[in-house]
Amino acid sequence: MTFKSTPDVLLEVDNLHVSFKTFGGEVKAVRGVSFTLREGETLAIVGESGCGKSVTARSMMRLLPEHSASIRQGSIRFKGQELTGLSEKQMRELRGSEISMIFQDAMTALNPTITIGEQIMEGIIRHRKISRAEARKQAIEMLGLVGITSPETRLKQHLHEFSGGMRQRIMIAMAAVCSPSVLIADEPTTALDVTIQAQIIDLFRMLQEKTGVAIIIITHDLGVVANMADRVNVMYAGEIVESGTVDELFRHPQHPYTKGLLASMPRLDTDRSKPLTPIPGTPPDLFAPPRGCAFAARCSNAMEVCGAHAPERTAHSATHSSACWLHDPRAKQVFQPPIASNG
Amino acid sequence: MTRYIVRRFVSMIVTLWLIITITFFLMHAVPGSPFEKDGKGANPTAVQNLMAFYHLDKPLLTQYGLYLKALLSLDLGPSIGHFPDTVNSMIDRGFPVSFQLGMVSIAFAVISGIALGTIAALRHNRLIDYAAMVFAVIGIAVPNFIVATLLIKYVAVDWKLLPVATWGSWKHVILPALALSTGPLALIARMTRANMLEVLTADYIETARAKGLSPATIVIKHALRNAILPVVTLLGALVANVLTGSFVIEKIFAIPGMGKYFVDGINNRDYSLIMGTTVFYSALLVFMMFVVDIAYGLIDPRIKLHKKEG
Repeated sequence: MTFKSTPDVLLEVDNLHVSFKTFGGEVKAVRGVSFTLREGETLAIVGESGCGKSVTARSMMRLLPEHSASIRQGSIRFKGQELTGLSEKQMRELRGSEISMIFQDAMTALNPTITIGEQIMEGIIRHRKISRAEARKQAIEMLGLVGITSPETRLKQHLHEFSGGMRQRIMIAMAAVCSPSVLIADEPTTALDVTIQAQIIDLFRMLQEKTGVAIIIITHDLGVVANMADRVNVMYAGEIVESGTVDELFRHPQHPYTKGLLASMPRLDTDRSKPLTPIPGTPPDLFAPPRGCAFAARCSNAMEVCGAHAPERTAHSATHSSACWLHDPRAKQVFQPPIASNG
Repeated sequence: MTRYIVRRFVSMIVTLWLIITITFFLMHAVPGSPFEKDGKGANPTAVQNLMAFYHLDKPLLTQYGLYLKALLSLDLGPSIGHFPDTVNSMIDRGFPVSFQLGMVSIAFAVISGIALGTIAALRHNRLIDYAAMVFAVIGIAVPNFIVATLLIKYVAVDWKLLPVATWGSWKHVILPALALSTGPLALIARMTRANMLEVLTADYIETARAKGLSPATIVIKHALRNAILPVVTLLGALVANVLTGSFVIEKIFAIPGMGKYFVDGINNRDYSLIMGTTVFYSALLVFMMFVVDIAYGLIDPRIKLHKKEG
């Protein structure tokens, strides 16, 4: 198989399909997702609960539940190496060493009965051929880097002796300690209060500056996206409906779903006497995804064609594209989108 | 820590005192006396003399006082049924045997129970899981005297691998220990499996996988420690129970343990033996509970044994 990629492309996901087997049938959680991650950049994947963003992230680590989930189609290439065909053993060499993951709730994602020092060190010892003493030194250094004071003593403590923000810092230290090329952060700030969120975002930035790690951040919080990301993929019902740089997406959203997301977010200049603008309806049933555009049922601009045929991607710039019939040259003639932009 | 141990010790003493008191009065409330077995009237003068010898002619409260006083110097009194044996010497003789047998069977039950439960959980809903759980249900449902009989019939009589009964070399320990361990083994296996299944879905297991750790490391280091806590709880009572001997198993294998004294004492209205075995068993049980609480703190650092002083 030949494939060409620009030299700085680190991770390339192409037409990824992931399904879950359940008693009710097959849930098509991810349906044809493609994106690339370049060295040193931050890519955000945004979407509401159940849109497949976490499944996409776990597919890259091959951490999906083996009994029920399967990658149906598509490829994930990391540094030119195809990950979907690797054995579990080969994947274990990559996990934590080349690709690391940060989970949402550090309270449950860290082991309560093992000291945090041991939890950080075991990853280093697993992947780097070094002594315990050396691993301990690295763990202390890393804890210091993520802002834990007196790391030598904190190393011997357990999870319950740390605050929520500290726990997330430890989680980040644990994921970053082997200096991976890719850090996947699954809702890393969702369980934290806002002031701590800002600190954690700063920490990610600092870490990226220091180590040049590429970050994929999965979130439903557009504030976090605006603060952290270089590029954004907006996911809806298992598909990427729009992707572009942060600037393009926030200033010139093209897909009605992206516009809806932006409109539903409170802003400083929003009139507070009026309720927020939600997107009406609920996401489609992924047991039987609709034939046409998945968002058609909730879209105020839906046309006849939307329900029948899935839209093609339209490029708005070299970095910006969306999948919506409104951008088809034929649509402009019959329909002038009456979308009120509030940006 | 010292404060905690002292406080705990005091509460252990109070618990024991309550058990002693309740047993003492309940025992005397049961009709019959040590000297009118089988309804046959013995020589009244002899009975009178015997009653006087064992202080049974005194008011109940006085007897209670005398018993507590003797107990303070760890004197459990003379046995009524096994004169001139004292209860102390009976326990001295029987307990080491029961202890040895009990330790072997509990060690076997813990090791294989945890292993079986873990394997079953790892192969959830597969053949090994079903087989292990069928085995566990049988282990709980089938009384150990049936297991003992089967073991004797096949292993000892037919295949002549091990001695049929009695006590002596290490070979004599194996069959009774196996028979005695089936129940606890099955209980531990079921409990380990249930906890393991829950722990394996925990987020920190996924984190461990995301670090690239091997499945063996994940199970042994990350899962087992968290899954084993409820098993430790169970173990306190189980150990006290098994160590003090089993009447049935010791009878079947003709083992001179202390299991038979529990039953003998009650059958003969042997007041001092009933009290002695009860006190001994309760003391062991209360002590095991204490050990379990200490073990909690070692396994799970979140469990603090003592509040910080202040």
